[in-house]
Amino acid sequence: MHESPSSAPARALKPETLAQAPAIIAQYPQPRSATMPLLHLVQEDRGYITQEDMTWVAGLVGVTPMQVLEVVTFYPMYRQSPIGRRHVRVCRTLSCALRGSYALMENLEQSLNCKRGETSPDGDFTLEFVECIADCGCGPVVHVDASMHENVKPEDADQFAAQLKATLKDPSYGQNPPVPGTPEWNG
Amino acid sequence: MPAVERPLIYANLRKPGYTVDIDCYLRNGGYEALKKAVALKPEEVCKEVEVSGLRGRGGAGFPTGMKWKFLDRKSGKPAYLVVNADESEPGTYKDRQIIYKDPHQMLEGIAITAWAIQAKQAFIYIRGEFIHGAKILERAIAEAKAKGFLGQNILGSGYSCEIVVHRGGGCYVCGEETGLIESLEGKRGYPRIKPPYFPAVLGLYNCPTIVNNAETMAQVKHVLAFGGAEFAKIGIPGDSGTHIWGVSGLVKRPGLYEIEAGKATFGELLYDLCGGPLDGRKIKAIIPGGSSTKILKVGERFKGKLANGTEFDWALEDIPLDSNSIAACGTGLGTGGTIVIDDSVEMIQALSNLNAFYAHETCGQCTPCREGSLWLSRVSKRITTGGGLETDVPLLLDIANQVAGRTICAHGEAVAWPVQSAVPKFKDEYLESIRKRQKGEEVPKLKLI
Repeated sequence: MHESPSSAPARALKPETLAQAPAIIAQYPQPRSATMPLLHLVQEDRGYITQEDMTWVAGLVGVTPMQVLEVVTFYPMYRQSPIGRRHVRVCRTLSCALRGSYALMENLEQSLNCKRGETSPDGDFTLEFVECIADCGCGPVVHVDASMHENVKPEDADQFAAQLKATLKDPSYGQNPPVPGTPEWNG
Repeated sequence: MPAVERPLIYANLRKPGYTVDIDCYLRNGGYEALKKAVALKPEEVCKEVEVSGLRGRGGAGFPTGMKWKFLDRKSGKPAYLVVNADESEPGTYKDRQIIYKDPHQMLEGIAITAWAIQAKQAFIYIRGEFIHGAKILERAIAEAKAKGFLGQNILGSGYSCEIVVHRGGGCYVCGEETGLIESLEGKRGYPRIKPPYFPAVLGLYNCPTIVNNAETMAQVKHVLAFGGAEFAKIGIPGDSGTHIWGVSGLVKRPGLYEIEAGKATFGELLYDLCGGPLDGRKIKAIIPGGSSTKILKVGERFKGKLANGTEFDWALEDIPLDSNSIAACGTGLGTGGTIVIDDSVEMIQALSNLNAFYAHETCGQCTPCREGSLWLSRVSKRITTGGGLETDVPLLLDIANQVAGRTICAHGEAVAWPVQSAVPKFKDEYLESIRKRQKGEEVPKLKLI
């Protein structure tokens, strides 16, 4: 399932993003190998990837913009349109499902006022089912932005949603160095 | 005697207060095996690994020493080492622990392996979702370079090796070694056809390449630490070292258990170490080594002859935890990611859950896999939503039979095996699921699709 390109005008990439590109390319024997890291870099800056970005990456690594688009549309992690302020990904695959990830998803849809595969009307949350994220002994797991939340039981959905909503008002969210054993470390 | 663990790979990371920094690793004997390795000739290191009997930990269980022997050393092209840390097989979460809790152990194994195969450039292809894991590895690499264990002139040997951490983009098929290589080249992760694209000959940038699993790298460190012959004494002949069993699903204590190969049984793993089923439940089936391995049903008898001539007649609980015994029961040790299913689970929903996974993850290159995985997913799902026909059960098998063996990569088998193994064992239950819905009767509460 791939999202369609956004029609809203995109802001320019930050100068520090642009400045990182040459060192990334220099790591590889062939520049084209830098395609994926450069796309990750762009997406971490802006939250999604535009056609202009793909043209920029293509120029840097020596391929056509179409060859970069092929990559963007193949890998589920890349997006061509913006998402909510928090990206909530619930693991759907069997180990987590056996521990209740479908019931968790139904409850989160209510608690976050957001249907799966969509962004909430206020733009706060994008809620998705994703396939196995390799933390199967602690299911159900929920990957939120760069944090991995383990053992999120269906009955705890309200509390979990409240915790996520609180991060929206936390200016230090995602800024502090992660501490071992926390969701931020495991993300 | 109840089963006991023998932590080798997880020995350090389980110590209270153990941290990921290099000082902690060095206090715990870190990089001593690398010192031993660079004092040996590369071919002597290869020999140690061959003698150790180590088999790859990525799922296929191919002997690591033999894989290294296939490396084309005559082409004059540079050799590359690619470490597969794209841990994506459902039920598998063993490599995550190494990356997030003991990254230097893996890096030491990579440095040893790179020396053995004389690769000057190594890549760690890590799951895109392991965002902080990639950062942990990058920090660890910088620490190791600063101390002379990686980078230029490793330990004064004159030999140099750089490691680049490369994040994937959330694609299961990039765990397949040739798909991974395509991805690392900046393309879609379409697996390559073999022959001619055997990585050891035509791998990354069409150069000779060794692709090894992340845990295999950690195991290599221990091979050198023990010496190949001593390492071979851990476990049983034909399967040396430890296996990390990542148990998930419906047991009291899901988790990671590191057990010497062949020194415990599934019964001991599930009942002693994992505490057995949840209260009031019974274990009904297990998927032993990641979702692509064939399902085993409680109550089945497994009879046959091992390669060494020993006849066996086992219940599921009796099967020894080594790759040969498990293979003799018609399935595989795979990654050791055991998914436990109990009597609260409706089997058609469990199958449908996995079918949906494979349909999502097929790369679409080969028609049988692209179409077959989607049809398996649709047919099994329609049973769960009440639109199933009794003919759907043989139909599932028929579709799966047309996928396996007809694709470029093993994703075709991964699509087919869950269906091919489950349909004969749970056919009656599937038919019951269809009939219940036709009659509007109550179905199990746990929703899996």
